[in-house]
Amino acid sequence: MQKYSVFSLIKNAFKGHKDWEVAWKDPIPKTEYDIIIIGGGGHGLATAYYLAKEHNITKVAIIEKGWIGGGNVGRNTTIIRSNYMHDENGLFSEFGMNLWRNMSQDLNFNVMFSPRGIINLAHSDAQMNTYSRRGNSMRLNGIDAVLLNREEVKKIIPMADFSENVRFPIFGGLMQPSAGTARHDAVAWGYARQADSMGVDIIQNCEVTGFDISNGKILGIRTSKGNIKAKKVGLCVAGSTNILAEKLNMTLPIETHLLQACVSEPIKPILDNVVTFGAGHFYCSQSDKGEMVMGGDLDGYNSYAQRGNLPTLQHVLTEGIAMFPFLSKLKMLRTWGGIMDMSMDGSPIIDKTHIEGLYLNCGWCYGGFKATPASGWTFAHTIAQDRPHELNKGYSLNRFSTGHLIDEKGLGTKTWIS
Amino acid sequence: MLHIKCPHCGLRSQNEFSYGGDATVKRPELNKEVSDQDWDNFVYLRKSPRGKHLELWQHISGCRQWIKVERDTLTHEIFKTLKANEEAQ
Repeated sequence: MQKYSVFSLIKNAFKGHKDWEVAWKDPIPKTEYDIIIIGGGGHGLATAYYLAKEHNITKVAIIEKGWIGGGNVGRNTTIIRSNYMHDENGLFSEFGMNLWRNMSQDLNFNVMFSPRGIINLAHSDAQMNTYSRRGNSMRLNGIDAVLLNREEVKKIIPMADFSENVRFPIFGGLMQPSAGTARHDAVAWGYARQADSMGVDIIQNCEVTGFDISNGKILGIRTSKGNIKAKKVGLCVAGSTNILAEKLNMTLPIETHLLQACVSEPIKPILDNVVTFGAGHFYCSQSDKGEMVMGGDLDGYNSYAQRGNLPTLQHVLTEGIAMFPFLSKLKMLRTWGGIMDMSMDGSPIIDKTHIEGLYLNCGWCYGGFKATPASGWTFAHTIAQDRPHELNKGYSLNRFSTGHLIDEKGLGTKTWIS
Repeated sequence: MLHIKCPHCGLRSQNEFSYGGDATVKRPELNKEVSDQDWDNFVYLRKSPRGKHLELWQHISGCRQWIKVERDTLTHEIFKTLKANEEAQ
């Protein structure tokens, strides 16, 4: 594989950029693989990469219905954080933070990881207390957390509404200074390029139409490009999980919902953190191009449409304007939607299933992008070793029936409620 | 914006309604043996189909009645609405 560096850039510039190698091939599927990963999004590509890198398993195929990186890895708001209270979530996400920090070097692809810090705003004394508790839990797990008072928040984001007569005054906030953002497309492309170079077949425009299962064991999959045999199959299909589960006669603790995001026209640098509104659900950061990147609540009803409706967007942006009044002056550049695999406790599932050789990775709710490296790493381990890693042991499929839920937000099963 | 025809009030905009989830799940009957699996099915497990979905909505800013709506989860087309105690055909 051609290494990307300033020297290769200069060398190719002199040749008119005509000799760059393709970043990944477009192979015809083989008849058999050791492992097939269904879903060529961030998590699927990362899983294939870590299977090859950490477990030396390279007879691997990624089967993608559309094109790689065309789903949620290309539709998110790029936020990376590990500011969780529960041990399972905190330790898993912080393991991911370490992978994020080295990702550009590891993949030889600039993913533009920018640890600019995230601030969750608090709007009451009670909220300051819960943030203080969460911050302490984070620090016990080795995650950086700083509780800020009103004045400290004002120094960092003076453009927020600090006036006296507001409905939700800013009391302070909880900051994770090491959180940040990354270039989402580059994450997909970086993992794809490295996985491909180690022998993984990335097969795009290939829809999975069924599974071959005999005596409770997976034998292979059926696709629009023919049947492919496999010893093991991993599902990494996020919002499409229930569609494949139906083909497997499985019913899962997952509902598919619609989440919107939007960007404003580009403006000069004003916001160098990620900030979330604490009295509702709104988050905001500024992209390198200057756009304000914004998101918030689900549309709130089951949906597979990758486009949203205006009432939710209006609701979310009303919260945004309450927090940052200057947003009201901006024009909207783009809005879009993606479909989320909402689990019944708000936490993901990375586990084996009752079918031998079939593994499940789903339930990412709002937080799939930041989990990409940790999800790929632990899912690769779970598939290769046929048992969950210590980090994803809590993300079991049977936790719903045993009562070991990981309900970070305390929303219960109605995860669409905002 | 979705337009939902409340069986009691007529066609109203989505803003007046609140979503209540899958209308096909049934609470296990009282005073009968209930297995863990029955509870799982009721509390956690959902088909979440792509296509026709029978779901509950509440006309919360209107008559406050719960209703059933048959809606396509891919196109958002609403096929029909029913009173909460009516069975879909």
